Amino acid sequence: MTEQAIKQTVFQLLKKIAPDTAPETLQPDDDIRHTLEIDSFDALQFVVALNENYGIEIPEEDYGKIITLRSLINYIKEKLV
Amino acid sequence: MPEEIVITSHPVHNLPDYESSYHSFSWQKEEQYLTGLPGNKGLNIAYEAVDRHAAGKLANTLALRCIRKDRSTRDFTYTDLQRLSARFANVLVNLGIKKGEKVFALTGRIPELYIAALGTFKVTAVFCPLFSAFGPEPVFQRLSRGDAKVLVTTRALFEKKVAPLLDRLPLLQFILLTDEEVVGNNKVLSLQGLMQAASDEFLIPATNPGDPALLHFTSGTTGMPKGALHVHHAVLTHYVTGKYVLDFQPGDIFWCTADPGWVTGTSYGIIAPLVNGITNVVDEEDFDAARWFSILEEQKVNIWYTAPTAIRRLMRMNIRPREEYKLQFLRLVGSVGEPLHAEAVLWGEEKLGLPVLDNWWQTETGGIMIANYPSLLVKPGSMGKPLPGIEAAIAEITDKDINILTAPGTQGHLVLKKGWPSMFCAYLHEDERYQKCFRGEWYITGDLAKRDADGYYWFVGRADDIIKTSGHMVGPFEVESILMEHTTVAEAAVIGKPDPVIGEMVKAFIVLKQGFTGNENVQQDIIAYARKKLGAAVAPKEIAFVSELPKTRSGKILRRLLKARELGLPEGDTSTLEQF
Repeated sequence: MTEQAIKQTVFQLLKKIAPDTAPETLQPDDDIRHTLEIDSFDALQFVVALNENYGIEIPEEDYGKIITLRSLINYIKEKLV
Repeated sequence: MPEEIVITSHPVHNLPDYESSYHSFSWQKEEQYLTGLPGNKGLNIAYEAVDRHAAGKLANTLALRCIRKDRSTRDFTYTDLQRLSARFANVLVNLGIKKGEKVFALTGRIPELYIAALGTFKVTAVFCPLFSAFGPEPVFQRLSRGDAKVLVTTRALFEKKVAPLLDRLPLLQFILLTDEEVVGNNKVLSLQGLMQAASDEFLIPATNPGDPALLHFTSGTTGMPKGALHVHHAVLTHYVTGKYVLDFQPGDIFWCTADPGWVTGTSYGIIAPLVNGITNVVDEEDFDAARWFSILEEQKVNIWYTAPTAIRRLMRMNIRPREEYKLQFLRLVGSVGEPLHAEAVLWGEEKLGLPVLDNWWQTETGGIMIANYPSLLVKPGSMGKPLPGIEAAIAEITDKDINILTAPGTQGHLVLKKGWPSMFCAYLHEDERYQKCFRGEWYITGDLAKRDADGYYWFVGRADDIIKTSGHMVGPFEVESILMEHTTVAEAAVIGKPDPVIGEMVKAFIVLKQGFTGNENVQQDIIAYARKKLGAAVAPKEIAFVSELPKTRSGKILRRLLKARELGLPEGDTSTLEQF
């Protein structure tokens, strides 16, 4: 799966959880939660959506590894290998 | 009944025997441990929390350690805090701020927030911290209802949430930006610039213990948020609860994870550790399970005060914390915000070697009122026993009367006998609402509870429709008012839907105006609108479209019925229901 495809999926899932935001404006090193002003419940829903969409499991202890758009995409890429 | 736990890990506690301490306790005796302003000029929170320590042997003790998002730290000794809060006090004086005027803060957990709070206490102005995740509308409601004269905030938060409101806030005179180096116009100023120009010496004026010091907004079922006002004398409760409930010992390192935008983050995230002369750790970042465990390890935290939402998240981790992190310094874990289930208490016992000690209080009480104590047998799932000095009871409340129910296990309203030091002294500008909270000598908490034969209290639920989400109170009316502004919405009712992680999530039931259909686009549009106005922490997470809302014959929406239907519970008394 290409980086671009992952990015598009991430944007779609974020938009669904936080429809007031514009995820496509995120810069690679932006803190996703902080920039989009989503709370911890939204963040949890987002991870659940990622898990379901990709058939992966992102455990609670890894949430600190997916803070920025860049780190999230890299993390998903590694999980999908 | 879950198994009971006797804590034996640390034998020397400030409260070695609950029952004897409860019976011998006197607020007057405890007051002797406070210093009072020199020259018998009264009692001021900032003097008790900072200046008296800076003048004594704790002068060079680490008072506050702020951990930035990148994990770098900024440290402040008691002397540093004394000087910086003096500078902030002088800034306020130079701006002409007078006793009793309101100084608000809208920031993340950055050092300026803590310095502003202490400096505001020094000038006997009133400090009101706001949660930085609020959207513009909750921010406006609070600034407006609280008569904000000064606001300390960041450039980004100002531009996003406050600048569009300025025309509607004629009383707001000064905005002090923490991250602006250049002084702006007459209204928007650089805090840094003003601090540099101000003296770091300040003589705290005479302060009556009954002078207002803190304003915290809390939600009601009806109407907009209420501003609960607290006085300087509240510091005695902060001192006593820090000592007896959180068991602060000299040299302790304490971490309260709450944001000062909520009362826990001020009473225990600022005042209680400082008045007890220990080290207060603050993390700027939000919840992150691995980060939190590593902070407990790195900072050698002794006492940790957190919330059920966070504990439930930690419980999801498939790790053995004591094997992966060095947590040997941890001596007490406390929890507040919503009832802590027995499983979470037992998880603490198993994974941390310490049962999580739940306690109960609310914005209006200003400090912990009912608690589990390190020296007391823990009954998992119970909020514990009343703080020494606090008389609690279960009562039946009728229109005009109150009857105290003494039979063990009887459910009723949780009430507290009036008069503890941190009891709120007013709802700002809303005396009628304030008076309604009292019946004779009792304060009605709005919570339903039971007391067992051993004197332990057990939470049952709210007596009203207030929603507890992630430990925060959300008033349905505030949310419904915004939903009603949306072009498609005819009627709205909001409830708390139980959620395994955050306690309750805000769920809205919506009747659409004629001509609109409840599809996903409309749903997303309404959620987006509410989030923009209210912020993610307050806006509904879920929306259901319905054709009508259950109402009384007088037209009042029956939220409890919506909730019962949502949960598949019996609908209770529906005799006043207009339609089935």
